[in-house]
Amino acid sequence: MSGGTYLGMPAFPEAASESTQNKQLRANLTHATHTIRDKRAKAVAELADWPQLRAAGAAIKNRTLRHLDHYLEQVEAAVEAAGGHVHWAADADEANRIVIDLVRMTGETEVVKVKSMATQEIGLNEALGEAGIRAYETDLAELIVQLGDDLPSHILVPAIHRNRSEIRDIFAKEMGNWGRPAPDGLTDRPAELADAARLHLREKFLRAKVGVSGANFMVAETGTLVVVESEGNGRMCLTLPETLISVVGIEKVVPTWQDLEVFLQLLPRSSTAERMNPYTSMWTGTTDEDGPQTFHLVLIDNGRTDTLADTVGRQALRCIRCSACLNVCPVYERAGGHAYGSPYPGPIGAILTPQLRGTQSKLDASLPYASSLCGACYEVCPVAIDIPEVLVHLRERVVQGGEVTLRGSRTTIKPAKGHAAERAAMRAARWALDHPAALRGGQRLAARTRRLHPKRLPGPGKAWTETREVPAVPAESFRDWWQRTRGKETK
Amino acid sequence: MRVALFVTCVNDTLYPDTGRAVVTLLERLGVEVDFPAAQTCCGQAQFNTGYRYETEPLVRRYARAFEGYDHIVTPSGSCVAMVRDNYPRIGEKAAAEGRGDELAEIAASVVPRTYELTEFLVDVLGVTDVGAYFPHTVTYHPTCHGLRMLGLGRRPVELLSHVKGLELRELPGADECCGFGGTFAVKNAAVSAAMGADKARHISETGASAVCTVDNSCLMHIGGTLARLGSQTRPVHLAEILASTEEHPYAPGGIR
Amino acid sequence: MSTREQVLGRIRRALADVPHGETPDDVPVNRDYLRMHGERSAEETAELLAENLADYRAIVHRTTTAELPGRIAALLAGRGAGRIVVPAGLPPEWLAAAEGVELVTDTAALTHRELDAVDSVVTGCAVAIAETGTIVLDASPDQGRRRITLVPDHHICVVRVPAQVVDSVAEGLERLDPARPLTWISGPSATSDIELDRVEGVHGPRTLEVVLIHE
Ligand code: SF4
Repeated sequence: MSGGTYLGMPAFPEAASESTQNKQLRANLTHATHTIRDKRAKAVAELADWPQLRAAGAAIKNRTLRHLDHYLEQVEAAVEAAGGHVHWAADADEANRIVIDLVRMTGETEVVKVKSMATQEIGLNEALGEAGIRAYETDLAELIVQLGDDLPSHILVPAIHRNRSEIRDIFAKEMGNWGRPAPDGLTDRPAELADAARLHLREKFLRAKVGVSGANFMVAETGTLVVVESEGNGRMCLTLPETLISVVGIEKVVPTWQDLEVFLQLLPRSSTAERMNPYTSMWTGTTDEDGPQTFHLVLIDNGRTDTLADTVGRQALRCIRCSACLNVCPVYERAGGHAYGSPYPGPIGAILTPQLRGTQSKLDASLPYASSLCGACYEVCPVAIDIPEVLVHLRERVVQGGEVTLRGSRTTIKPAKGHAAERAAMRAARWALDHPAALRGGQRLAARTRRLHPKRLPGPGKAWTETREVPAVPAESFRDWWQRTRGKETK
Repeated sequence: MRVALFVTCVNDTLYPDTGRAVVTLLERLGVEVDFPAAQTCCGQAQFNTGYRYETEPLVRRYARAFEGYDHIVTPSGSCVAMVRDNYPRIGEKAAAEGRGDELAEIAASVVPRTYELTEFLVDVLGVTDVGAYFPHTVTYHPTCHGLRMLGLGRRPVELLSHVKGLELRELPGADECCGFGGTFAVKNAAVSAAMGADKARHISETGASAVCTVDNSCLMHIGGTLARLGSQTRPVHLAEILASTEEHPYAPGGIR
Repeated sequence: MSTREQVLGRIRRALADVPHGETPDDVPVNRDYLRMHGERSAEETAELLAENLADYRAIVHRTTTAELPGRIAALLAGRGAGRIVVPAGLPPEWLAAAEGVELVTDTAALTHRELDAVDSVVTGCAVAIAETGTIVLDASPDQGRRRITLVPDHHICVVRVPAQVVDSVAEGLERLDPARPLTWISGPSATSDIELDRVEGVHGPRTLEVVLIHE
């Protein structure tokens, strides 16, 4: 994966059938996800009241979403009262334009960035680049992705698809092109790699005049923004520059200061499996002589209100981007993050991307099917998003079409293309299943011809027989056996 | 107590032995069981692929077929999960679309009467020792629906632990999905196969001579993968193990 | 129409299912989770704080108010720290025993580069949370501007026991003023970005020493 764009990517099954063959990728992902899986389970088991916290987290988010207009107006007023400036963006282009203008007003041509899903989603780095502004990613994994001209493949650890020796090679080869080169003789010891990043980025932090961030939470009643991180690059970007621009999805608001007591327990344990992450920064507007003296908050919609309009799909907006669902997902583990074609991979991506972007493209229409519905994601989700429920709901949208909201307008969409044969098969099956006599006829026909059934099937059956034997059709169906041995049929 | 067997379309057509095993087992435990022939399919494949409207007639059929029964017992965890989790959703959505409460009422009527086999045995009949005999090494794969949606917990293992002669082998990575997932197995065949291969490897590692589940659809995928890989481990539905006795031991191809 | 009005309008239309007249408080939030986990005496709470800090690789020291200056001096000497940045309101007696070190006071005029040339920083804290092994700074006079605990590679943080120690996140939040800039610190900087395994020491101070003083 290279070139840093999701445009023109194939549908999930094609991308995934390629990535499942990539042994290195599979090994990297299996190792990383299994490591964190066990640790998360332990961190969660430490809290006897986890189910109650989880329910409260979901409830607080539901309260917020059902009154989102109220809370956004409240957070806007609170941020402005504390000296910040609030901007609104309906879509990615508008958000990018706002940020570009804000950076230009400072006269600067470079910015340092804290990892942010929202800015990846809107393609901010590319937009800034086209406007002649260089954006430096400072999160270790984002740095690996940026230096490797790669795409992120995980919410928390965008370079999870890279192992330590690949990271070493990228650092050794690319750091020099972006600033301070990697030390000679760099090995693949994680501590040494982290140290190389420290040295490489320090220079950029010290001279940066503009920082760009997202936020994990915005507290409506106080106007406080919260960034949860590990490395300290977040603190660097949030405190050293003169100007701070935070780009935040409208669903990140929480009502009260007290509500943080729930999320600051749910998030670290679910994401990095820690009791608490190393650093959390909280700021309310600006503080005289401490940190950035100019603060802009850019609130983005970009498909969120469309998602909100769907009463089943809405729950995806509860997501706190912990990535626990990715780490337990057997499909993600084998397909890798890039196959999902958006900054949101894994189970959450499979329900969020088709809602934010719609299901018009082949890739986006394939995402709701990128799951065996095993339910592991729902089980670990700290805000109890029933991902399988939303997946099936979105599958309906793909094959049946219907009423949806697209960029704020109610629209009736047609069923996606390419499902005609399947639809016909489903109808035929439904007809047979609604006529037990027809079902019995089919079973008897299959039984009579059973010696002729081939081991490998053509057409859609091929997908099954490539790796699996087909079950042998029995000489007699259950229903025939029952009738033969029990004689009487009830009803 | 009027008890009906919901054998499911997959078992009816491909795995009649499992249905026969349930009948044998329940009759041995003194339960008189009916097979209402109007039954066909719960609609799981249609619903999970997105064809909700195609599912609705099957929901109605299910309700009609099992009207008047106190307990509807089925040897398929995923079909129970379909009824329990999704029938109410289908009802809710139909109501929201202004098509009345009929489907919601159906859901309210059938959900509390529908039981997965091990639930029926342990919770309704209150038995964990069903007097079975199965002198083999067995490993148990808890299917996703059984594990996470129904919360079967220890019920299947409890039942297995009382089977005479049976040696239970623990399955590594037991809670990981086998990769079947209904139409997922063909829509995302590559990922499904990769998951199946890992599951098959774990099963083979146990050295057990049989792998059992509470669901033949997962077992079809697991067994198909094991067979293709040349494994000696056989797939067996839990019901067939529980039906097996010293007088009438399990034999592939059917009891009686 | 401004974008603001447009977005708020979309939200209101999207929420057509929410009954007219429903208020946020009508949406129930059950707070039946625990305010703290387990029962502990004050001493046990301090012990848990020390344990959890150490678990995430902070170096924990325990001493008394009287012995604090000597302990700080020893810690600085042990690292060979020559230049120390201190917040303007740090109790002067804390550094009374530190000899041969140059004290740089935290002022707005201090440049980032000057700060980068400093070896260590000594501060107090606002509150410490035992269950998570967290210290929180709120930029009070004994803690200084946020950057002074960020740029230097070595941070010594003094916590008064039991006055500044709470059990849980909930109790910690209650003591904090959201209007102040807050930094929550749980161990030295770390990353999980290489194979999802934790490694200590990236951009923030790589050594965090927490001194618990028993009053
Ligand atoms: S959907 Fe849930 S588990 Fe997945 S990232 Fe979001 S909050 Fe975490």
